Amino acid sequence: MDLKIGGIDASITNSSVLMVAIVVLVTVFLIGGMRKRAMVPGRWQSMAELSYEFIADMLQDNVGPGARRFFPFVFTLFMFILSANLLGLAPLGHYSFTVTSHIIVTFALAAVVLTGVTITGFVVSGTKFLRLFMPSGVPIALLPFLIVIEILSYLVRPFSLSIRLFANMMAGHTMLKVFASFVIALGIIGGWAPFAFIVALTGLELGIAVLQAYVFTILTCIYLNDAFHPGH
Amino acid sequence: MEAEAAKLIGAGLATIALAGVGVGIGNIFGAYIAGSLRNPAAAPKVFGNVLLGFALTEAIGLFALVIAMLILFVF
Repeated sequence: MDLKIGGIDASITNSSVLMVAIVVLVTVFLIGGMRKRAMVPGRWQSMAELSYEFIADMLQDNVGPGARRFFPFVFTLFMFILSANLLGLAPLGHYSFTVTSHIIVTFALAAVVLTGVTITGFVVSGTKFLRLFMPSGVPIALLPFLIVIEILSYLVRPFSLSIRLFANMMAGHTMLKVFASFVIALGIIGGWAPFAFIVALTGLELGIAVLQAYVFTILTCIYLNDAFHPGH
Repeated sequence: MEAEAAKLIGAGLATIALAGVGVGIGNIFGAYIAGSLRNPAAAPKVFGNVLLGFALTEAIGLFALVIAMLILFVF
């Protein structure tokens, strides 16, 4: 559906509908879970609290006490990526779509993480943040060379974050589609073999969906740790 | 050599990277199994790092896939 708001193309696409669905889903999950605030949590409340605790512990372990301010961002990141990956595997008929299998979506997320971490680094640690690029105990002769390498590897971080998520999602779905075409091609007689493989592959994809969300988030925490405690 | 043939050969060569990925993933889980057989109590605590290491190594394999796709479809 084409829509132009102020000259910007704000069309309602498959991707945007699914992103809205993700936000609604996560909101309902969390708010619905916490509606009866029992001391001994029921199942739904338990799940909502578990997800909170998971990210809070991750931030605490990897960054330290000063990271409380980043909890909303990291939690949102984790829940968004997790739901996006899982919704891509859900059978929504013709409208099924994986939001994170487009490099622009994952690159936007990774770019936000990079700019956020860099700005945080300068705000929290000041110029000591640049010590990140100067590992200690290095002979002076190698130093300029090493600084360039360190800066390059820092700038590659958003690319590696985004490509990891994008490639995992895209490769998984591509393999599913390829094997699905094998099922059709082999017909009734031989079609059960690729079908069994697709079943196993979907199980693996579910695991990978959760794992990639976890890895994106924990790498964000590690990069945040670099902002708070620079220097190797 | 025409561009189409070169593209196919290039994409095939890009899969050599998967050898390194295979070694890396085997290394991670081998170390985890060896370590957890020596110290079973510490195994669940370090499992998070195992998954992180696995995902990072798998990412390298996927970078190779991305390069193969780039060679095949973009150039």
